[in-house]
Amino acid sequence: MRETLNHIVFGWYPYLCLTVFLIGSWVRFDREQYTWRSGSSQLLRRRQLMWGSNLFHVGILVIFFGHFVGLLTPIWVFDTLGISHTFKQWMAIVIGGVAGIACFVGITLLVHRRLFDSRIRKTSSFGDIAVLLLLYAQLVLGLATIPVSLNHLDGHEMVKFMNWAQGILTLRPGVSALVADVHPIFKLHLFLGMTIFLVFPFTRLVHIWSAPIWYLGRRGYQVVRTKRPQAARAGDFAPGTLSKAELAHRPAPSRVAPAE
Amino acid sequence: MSHLLDRLTFFKRVSDRYADGYGITTKEDRRWEDGYRKRWQHDKIVRSTHGANCTGSCSWKIYVKGGIVTWETQQTDYPRTRPELPNHEPRGCSRGASYSWYLYSGNRVKYPLVRSRLLKLWREARAKKKPVAAWASIVEDAGKRAAYVEKRGLGGFVRASWDEVTEIVAAANAYTIKRHGPDRVIGFSPIPAMSMVSYAAGSRYLSLIGGVCMSFYDWYCDLPPSSPQTWGEQTDVPESADWYNAGFLILWGSNVPQTRTPDAHFYTEARYRGAKSVVICPDYSEASKFADLWISVKQGTDAALAMAMGHVILREFHIDRQAKYFADYARQYTDMPFLVRLVKSGEHFVADRLARASDFAGEFGEANNPEWKTVAFDEATNEIVVPQGSVGFRWGEKGKWNLEEKESKGRETKLRLSLTGIKDEFAEVAFPYFGNREHDHFAGTDHPSVLPRRIPVKRLRMKDGETLVATVFDLLAANYGVDRGFGGDNVAKSYNDNVPYTPAWAEKITGVPRDQIITVAREFALNAEKTHGRSMVIIGAAMNHWYHCDMNYRGVINMLVMCGCVGQSGGGWSHYVGQEKLRPQSGWLPLAFALDWGRPPRQQNSTSFFYAHTDQWRYETLGIDEILSPTAPAGSWDGTFIDFNVRAERMGWLPSAPQLRQNPLTIAKKAEAAGLEAKDYVAKALKSGELQMSCEDPDHPDNWPRNMFVWRSNILGSSGKGHEYFLKHLLGTTHGVQGKDLGETGRKKPKEVTWRPEVKGKLDLLVTLDFRMSTTCVYSDIVLPTATWYEKNDLNTSDMHPFIHPLTAAVDPVWECKSDWEIYKAIAKKFSEVAPEVLGVEKDVVLTPIQHDTANEIAQAIDVKEWKKGEVEPVPGKTMPAVAVVERDYPNIYKRYTALGPLMSKLGNAVKGMSWNTEHEVELLKRLNGEVTEEGATKGMARIDTDIDATEVILTFAPETNGEVAVKSWEALSKTTGRDHTHLAIPKEDEKIRFRDVVAQPRKIISAPTWSGLESEKVCYNAGYTNVHELIPWRTLTGRQQLYQDHLWMRAFGEGFCVYRPPVDLKAVKPVIDSKPNGEKQVVLNFITPHQKWGIHSTYTDNLLMLTLSRGGPIVWISEADAKKAGIADNDWIEAYNSNGALTARAVVSQRVKEGMCLMYHAQEKIVNVPGSEITGQRGGIHNSVTRVVVKPTHMIGGYAQQSYGFNYYGTIGTNRDEFVIVRKMSKVDWLDTPNGDQPESLAVVSKMEAAE
Repeated sequence: MRETLNHIVFGWYPYLCLTVFLIGSWVRFDREQYTWRSGSSQLLRRRQLMWGSNLFHVGILVIFFGHFVGLLTPIWVFDTLGISHTFKQWMAIVIGGVAGIACFVGITLLVHRRLFDSRIRKTSSFGDIAVLLLLYAQLVLGLATIPVSLNHLDGHEMVKFMNWAQGILTLRPGVSALVADVHPIFKLHLFLGMTIFLVFPFTRLVHIWSAPIWYLGRRGYQVVRTKRPQAARAGDFAPGTLSKAELAHRPAPSRVAPAE
Repeated sequence: MSHLLDRLTFFKRVSDRYADGYGITTKEDRRWEDGYRKRWQHDKIVRSTHGANCTGSCSWKIYVKGGIVTWETQQTDYPRTRPELPNHEPRGCSRGASYSWYLYSGNRVKYPLVRSRLLKLWREARAKKKPVAAWASIVEDAGKRAAYVEKRGLGGFVRASWDEVTEIVAAANAYTIKRHGPDRVIGFSPIPAMSMVSYAAGSRYLSLIGGVCMSFYDWYCDLPPSSPQTWGEQTDVPESADWYNAGFLILWGSNVPQTRTPDAHFYTEARYRGAKSVVICPDYSEASKFADLWISVKQGTDAALAMAMGHVILREFHIDRQAKYFADYARQYTDMPFLVRLVKSGEHFVADRLARASDFAGEFGEANNPEWKTVAFDEATNEIVVPQGSVGFRWGEKGKWNLEEKESKGRETKLRLSLTGIKDEFAEVAFPYFGNREHDHFAGTDHPSVLPRRIPVKRLRMKDGETLVATVFDLLAANYGVDRGFGGDNVAKSYNDNVPYTPAWAEKITGVPRDQIITVAREFALNAEKTHGRSMVIIGAAMNHWYHCDMNYRGVINMLVMCGCVGQSGGGWSHYVGQEKLRPQSGWLPLAFALDWGRPPRQQNSTSFFYAHTDQWRYETLGIDEILSPTAPAGSWDGTFIDFNVRAERMGWLPSAPQLRQNPLTIAKKAEAAGLEAKDYVAKALKSGELQMSCEDPDHPDNWPRNMFVWRSNILGSSGKGHEYFLKHLLGTTHGVQGKDLGETGRKKPKEVTWRPEVKGKLDLLVTLDFRMSTTCVYSDIVLPTATWYEKNDLNTSDMHPFIHPLTAAVDPVWECKSDWEIYKAIAKKFSEVAPEVLGVEKDVVLTPIQHDTANEIAQAIDVKEWKKGEVEPVPGKTMPAVAVVERDYPNIYKRYTALGPLMSKLGNAVKGMSWNTEHEVELLKRLNGEVTEEGATKGMARIDTDIDATEVILTFAPETNGEVAVKSWEALSKTTGRDHTHLAIPKEDEKIRFRDVVAQPRKIISAPTWSGLESEKVCYNAGYTNVHELIPWRTLTGRQQLYQDHLWMRAFGEGFCVYRPPVDLKAVKPVIDSKPNGEKQVVLNFITPHQKWGIHSTYTDNLLMLTLSRGGPIVWISEADAKKAGIADNDWIEAYNSNGALTARAVVSQRVKEGMCLMYHAQEKIVNVPGSEITGQRGGIHNSVTRVVVKPTHMIGGYAQQSYGFNYYGTIGTNRDEFVIVRKMSKVDWLDTPNGDQPESLAVVSKMEAAE
């Protein structure tokens, strides 16, 4: 019975969550473009937002990438680089702990603001409050794992999670057994983590997909989204029905043709 | 394609580069731009407006998208004005822009709703009985009736089908008609101009069944009785564009930017053009910032200010120096030259009535109406002449009713204004003074109550002996206390003398420095002299809401008349209140009151009606002796206010509804049995006592109004003065009345009215049609969901602009709503099915008062005589109400409702004393609307099936929209005046404005004799313009602007001439001030209810968008000083109460408010954010919870030329500004959100319990 339950929660549930997460996000992005937003309430009240939001976001980004890299990097990479499990465990505890505390302070401010500022409270949807409390709970659980981790600084528990996570993503059957005997607080943390993926497409969390990282690699300062038909080529002004003579009388295009 | 997949084309994203790579070209998906593109794409854009009783009357674009009304914006396509005059657009405001919120809001009434207890009783009864019998079984059983009546206002509505709900209404109407009489079915709907067809829907149904339409203009207190008194005109005012023509603009109690928002631009533009402007109002209003000078007058003392200004104008422009323009104007257009008889009263003389031709032996050869022809001295010959134009020339002869300077024999004449040069002697004439009466909150002076002043008089031989006469001008100048060197007391040489009505005297009363008074008066008059009358006073209802409003208004009117401003472009009296100007009135009347089927209709003045039937008279605190003049002639001046009203009804002055205690359907038969004509029978039977008038016993069940319709109105949430009395007595439900009635307090009871034990719940059925769940709906038995202003077709006009424009259906009525026209049609149809159970073709005896603008208006010339007291015989239409028999075809009400009846061809159409043939228009309508093809009583008649058919009836019959009719109506008037006026309409004779024309663009109306202004390419619409420029007399006794009111009752109450009268003491504070302490400090404040910024009456006050812009619920503004006294901080919850009831609101503490008064903007709904009252234990009331109306005897006068009754023209008015309230902070805010029954008890009960412990 215990095994079956464990298998459902850590063997099947992850796929349910990931499926909903991916397909749900896709469907929402395609069908409900106008709902695709972060739902910022900065316009309504700035108070507590500058500290709260920044601490929270910085903290959670560090934690997110920490988990991402820490869980999904194949173990042999660490081994090759000579990073011991103990060192990695310490790194997780220290960086995760610091970021976690920053994030905790931030989210506490945000929760307080969302629940006790009547203007914010009145304009919040159920989802807004629920997802914030979910993250709050998950963060607290995450921080609560630190004392547990201090009991096995050799990192062997951590390796279980890495194997499990990578097993899930590589569709290895039976990986649920890997985490069958970990401390319940880890299990709860994992479960809640997967649940966050599950509810993700239905909440304001979708804004994570749209983090404006494109700016970092953008070429050019001015972007022209052309409406020219596919066949059109650079330098061709898509004259349509206008003759060359008529074109000659039109004002020069403000856009300069490429030099090539 | 998929948005996501498009995003995944990383490598194809950048398609090009330019500007050395600083710019890039991409082929990203651009469909998101459609969102912006579609922002202004709509299925259609439809022209409509808002029927909110707003003079703005702005045309709007209504946008429909996906079948849903999305929003609205202002129309900008009004026809242009002429060069050098600004255009009318832009017009609109935030209120109108928020209207579409209502359509799909939670507050929308979506289905027919019935009080569940009533519906259960009905279904039980209906299962066994026919409809009328079923209704009888409910209302005749006291227990069953009480079961739903006592729960009014306490929720409990359930849905019902249209079929069922119309059957209940029809059965109730039929039962009431059969059992009590059709005049027990009443309907209240105001302001036809805001949606003419919707008004006409209900009034046509009521008029066909013999029901009563209730007046509104007088009840709203928008009617200034001073206007009919002075001009014989209900109200006629310049359009807002004419402000631009003014050189000097006084805004007196009118807050133009706030309450005339779309027109305020003309005020700004007038200021840019260089007009000087003075704003007179107690508080620092939005208008004040426009002013060169803001005069902060003590509220309620405007008459004193106006009198002092008049004093200055007389002194400087008529006495010390006679301005020629003013003298010529006064001579030709005012009653100033006419002679007034003086009679001895004690040691002095008092001014009596105007002398008439009939007073003299030989009567100057005037065989026709000599009693109604006034006389004056000719300046050249010093002989007495009978000038043309007085009301005696209007009726019974033709060609001499005009203002040419001629006497009746056709000789040129120049009337003498003053008798100074030809006097026989001086006489001491006594004038009443009221400014010495005690009032806790208003300053007075200690001058005596009677002020004798010396004036020049002539001694004339009249039929009844030698009589002294004086001119109105000499009396007027004396009344103002201007010293003309005649000697004697009570006149002032200097403005600094403390004599009524000098600027120094006014300073004491009004708190306005004398220098300001002198300067403003002087500049106002000087501008008028130089520009020939371009001084204007814009005046709002504010000053008209005081009990002695006539004095405020006549004080101002006197200034305008003394300066020759009335009837001149850019000048005159601009009284702006509700949307009173029903421009195509004469085309609308036949449709609205079913004049095509039966005449006369039943109409009732609401103020007297509600005073009687909400039993406010039972709580009367004011005594007749408190307002009677010290110079009153001997007569029967005792009794109470309702006594005077009853006397007026009996003498045919005011209408009655219900009329007789006996069912009017039974009277024709009795008359036949007695072998008499109905009118002779009624006269005889009233005298013998066989018949009794209902007004003498309003609390007897036979005399109760039984069924009431309310549509286009929120009477219980807005205009219902004495709200708590409505709830207690008319509706019979929970209420907040705190005071005791005359019986309990042992005060003087009425003489003419039977005193009975307290009655609760006179109405059997209250039906309200509305699109939103208003306060009135909440108290109704049946609520019918009506179309909004974006879901029906109708017409709209205003006094502020000359256009007629439509409401049109942008979308069909949502859910189960129907337009008012369709609702009443459905009721009419059901009524026709149900009625035959008890009713067939019946003869209905209708009583009507003596009507203004009819030949009967010259009924009671010399004295007031009552048939009831045996002083005179009852003669219908002369000494008592007129009596007519009207046939009611009850089974054919629906057919009659939907067809144009035969009387239009037979009798033609008439308005304001002019009548003309309409056969041509009837034929046109048959072709336009089609003929009825169904067999039956109406086959072959023109159809009036849809609301658009109804608009065509209005537009076809009205001279304002049909040039051919305009010419006919001017021709009719030309016969009476003897002058050709048709040139005013002939250029537009072929013009016919149809419904689709106004849908395309608002249209300017055609000039018609219905109105005293012209709409042309040369002048703006200005009231009195045709009187001055076409020499058409005003419809008064003298035919001139009448500054002296000579009726016996006017003189008895001291208002022959304008005087200052302080506000009356309604004594509503003392009985309750210490009755229910809550531990907070209290302050007593004058309760002022001006119009607001966040709503138009109660509309928009429940609209989320407008609530967001204000404080989201009821508010009362108080001054910082008063707030300090009572320990109130801004936004505190406060309660205002007195013996009439209590209201709860938040306090707005502001320095713009004058100490001693509070402002509660009128008509903030009781249904939004209103907590329970500590005083009443009920939900805190509306602004009218602390008011009670008191009627005024001078408004009841009838049968006397301009002082004759007309629906919404003359009659008692619902004043409410003299009221004081106690304001205090609430100690506990209770939202009463627990189920009925376990609410906490009110303080009264709690404190009693505490005392017991």
